[in-house]
Amino acid sequence: MADLVCEHLNMTFTNPQTGAAVEALKDINFNLKKGELLSVLGPSGCGKTTLLNVIAGFINATGGCAKLGDQVIDAPGVERGMVFQQGALFEWLPVSKNVDFGLRMKKNNAAENAKLVEKWLDIVGLQGFGDTPTYQLSGGMQQRVALARCLINDPEVILMDEPLGALDALTREKMQSLVLELWKETGKTIMIITHSVEEALLLGERLFVMAPRPGRVHKEYRLPFAERGLKESLREIKHDPYFSEVREEILTMIWDMEEEIMGRV
Amino acid sequence: MFEWLSENRAIVAAVLIIVMFGLFVWSIVVGRKQAKLKANDEVFGDPVRTKGGWYWAVTGVTALMLVWFYYSWGMARAYFPNAANEMCQIAKLEEAVSPIKAALPIGSRYYKSTLLASRNSDQLEELLVQLPATVFTDGEKTELQDLIIQIRALIANSSNPENLNQQSKDELVGLSQRLNELSSFLEAGPGDMTPSAEALAQPRWGTTFTEIPILPITSKGMLFDAASVEAAEIAGTFNKVRNRVPENGRLIEDIKERIEAIKETNASGSFDEQVTADREDYVKAVERIFKRLDDGLIFPAAALADVNSAIAELDDASHAAQGGLTTADALLFPGPGIVKSKTQCTEQGSARWLPKPTDVVATFMRLANPDVEDGGGYRGFPLLWWDWLPVSNVVAFFVPDWIADAWPGEYASHGPDGTITPNFKDKLLAFAQGDVNLGHVPMLDGHIWDSLFRVLVALALGIFLGVPLGLFMGVSRFFKSFFDPLIELYRPVPPLAWAPLILTIFGIQDDGKIFLLFMVAFAIMVISARTGASGVQLTKIRASHSLGATDRQIMWNVILPNALPEILTGIRIAVGVCWGTLVAAEMLAGTTGVGFIENIARTVSDYELIWVTILIMGVLGLIFDLIMRWIIQKTIPWRGMG
Ligand SMILES: Nc1ncnc2c1ncn2[C@@H]1O[C@H](COP(=O)(O)OP(=O)(O)OP(=O)(O)O)[C@@H](O)[C@H]1O
Ligand SMILES: [Mg+2]
Repeated sequence: MADLVCEHLNMTFTNPQTGAAVEALKDINFNLKKGELLSVLGPSGCGKTTLLNVIAGFINATGGCAKLGDQVIDAPGVERGMVFQQGALFEWLPVSKNVDFGLRMKKNNAAENAKLVEKWLDIVGLQGFGDTPTYQLSGGMQQRVALARCLINDPEVILMDEPLGALDALTREKMQSLVLELWKETGKTIMIITHSVEEALLLGERLFVMAPRPGRVHKEYRLPFAERGLKESLREIKHDPYFSEVREEILTMIWDMEEEIMGRV
Repeated sequence: MFEWLSENRAIVAAVLIIVMFGLFVWSIVVGRKQAKLKANDEVFGDPVRTKGGWYWAVTGVTALMLVWFYYSWGMARAYFPNAANEMCQIAKLEEAVSPIKAALPIGSRYYKSTLLASRNSDQLEELLVQLPATVFTDGEKTELQDLIIQIRALIANSSNPENLNQQSKDELVGLSQRLNELSSFLEAGPGDMTPSAEALAQPRWGTTFTEIPILPITSKGMLFDAASVEAAEIAGTFNKVRNRVPENGRLIEDIKERIEAIKETNASGSFDEQVTADREDYVKAVERIFKRLDDGLIFPAAALADVNSAIAELDDASHAAQGGLTTADALLFPGPGIVKSKTQCTEQGSARWLPKPTDVVATFMRLANPDVEDGGGYRGFPLLWWDWLPVSNVVAFFVPDWIADAWPGEYASHGPDGTITPNFKDKLLAFAQGDVNLGHVPMLDGHIWDSLFRVLVALALGIFLGVPLGLFMGVSRFFKSFFDPLIELYRPVPPLAWAPLILTIFGIQDDGKIFLLFMVAFAIMVISARTGASGVQLTKIRASHSLGATDRQIMWNVILPNALPEILTGIRIAVGVCWGTLVAAEMLAGTTGVGFIENIARTVSDYELIWVTILIMGVLGLIFDLIMRWIIQKTIPWRGMG
């Protein structure tokens, strides 16, 4: 397993009609060590999704490169699992077939697949739902299927783009605990994008606050809350004075950025 | 059983109509009750408000059937099975007196004499004005003017009652008398008239191609039939009456001579061509009007008044003698009623083109009878049946002859003793041509199957070629850009515009129609598969890439299932369009198929058959659609859930 590295990453979109260029990412540099949990925050349009897409290999950077270990990323791969905001599940397949999709594409042994599916459904708390069509599941359950589908492939890095954005507060909290648990148990590198400052603080061992135009990493934090979240209740952590302090700081930061954007328009 | 039903379709219809009327009223009652119960449960616009409500379907269907029964005169036949025959007899009387009526105000506003007098006077007036100044000499001009005045005098003489001679007077009085006697005859009623055995043996109303039995089968009918014979004689006499005014006789001879004189001058050749032509034209015009007036057809108005009132009386008498039939006619026979033409009585109005429901069923049953020898089927071919199909034919269809040609070696030639010993190459050819006995398999057969077969084969081809191409066009720049113009060039042309060309190229056999339908199905399948393929959510594609799927796996496991709803909808549309196109193509050419039947039925104005084919096509189209809807429901329950 290896570190996820970005070196002078640039991504400029050019509007094919007007020729206007948007600098979605400019000179991004970071090194995410194996097993680290990174959360990314930032105002809308600052390039978070773009960053994730580059790392996942869905789009190619216009400058610099992203590497997993020594491997330069230029295409999607099984070692980088992806969880989308809305499950992106295959609605024509039942839960179990969704979960073992990656394995089936690898032509794994069917009996082995079944065992793994059983195990992962158990981990994400969906035991007994194997034959249910995915469109009959609630939003939270669908996200858990998406998680299991990603994790069963045993990727080195897990990329999540606002995976909990569409969930209600309670389900969201449960899912946050689940993510932390999975992080602890599997020791995977996780990069998670969120719009919620609290979520970023709770889940982020490291935290990037990004700024727009051009998209860049504005400030980086190292936080203790993810570690603590493995043992303590998440709600207690939220009452911690340090937690509140950092939250207020980041909120002000993002607020200022938004103001700036508004002013510029 | 069926024979009995067919013979007694009036009774069957009578029962059906009562049942349907009952159902109609009952369903309205139920519907209103239900509506009251649910009135406040749902807000306006809530889709739930359209759920259920089968009782209104019953109302609709029964209402439609009742309307059908009514306008096709099915109701009339159900409850007055003899009415048409009686009306036919009345129509005979009408037909018989129509020549008299046509000459009188009672039938046509003006006396024929009035029309003749006024029209010819007008035309004479015009001729006077148009008299060409240059081509005639002054003397001739006066002569012609005088001629026209004389011709006009013919009209005046005929119109004067004092000039009417005694013979004509007597004839007209005699006619009035005979008409009055005929009225009395009708008023007296049928008495003990009984229909002839021959009349009673006629097939019933609507059971054969000749709709209405022509001989009277009731005493009332006998009465009118007899009256029509007498009326026909009276009309004959009326047509022969002429107004021979003695004065006109002399005048006519005189005018004739004078016209001849001018014509001779014209023909003498002393004028140039143009002048001759103008002179001849004018004289011809004068002569034409003269000829119309020299046959004594103009009578003084007063002279015909008696005949006119006698006809009015006859109408009254006829009306009285019809009794309740007039009410039935007004209520149950929408349209102009029954008309007698030369040899038969025909239904007029909606009943002419709208056959009675029971007749349609009977015609359908006749067609559906698979026993061709027994008059079943259509044109010696059953509607839908099965037959033994030689397996070798199927093999021959798939194995082309050139395989035998390409086989190494030569075909056998005849030996010295004149016999031929076939070698392997010969046997292969026989195989490819279907000249071997491989046994038989049961196979569907008949007009409907032929139509179905064409649609199904074309559809299958369209799906198997169109779906893959459409999918590739949905994901590949090359496929999209290369094939899009080709398909978009031929697709917008209405399929029927291709039909004449394709049927000419392929001939009238199945291949042409199948190819035409294939073109239709193919375009629809390509477009729907392409829409389905390009409509896949990007995140799903990305997710499958991240899960390690190869391009081919994504095509098969993600894009195809994702496009399935569109593809199935495409098939559903293609079935409908193919079905519509097929029928039209069969009308253009061919010797079997439902469209073929309808086309023949059209050329012989067999409305029952036309309706039967329309209903067959409607029902088959409905069945197709129901099957497709069922398949869609069963195979893609996730539709719209992604
Ligand atoms: N395919 C594209 N073509 C052109 N411009 C793009 C494209 N994708 C993103 N952008 C631009 O790049 C910038 C960053 O977009 P991105 O989607 O990464 O933002 P984001 O941080 O994920 O926003 P959000 O929080 O709203 O999801 C935006 O200004 C957007 O307009
Ligand atoms: Mg985003």
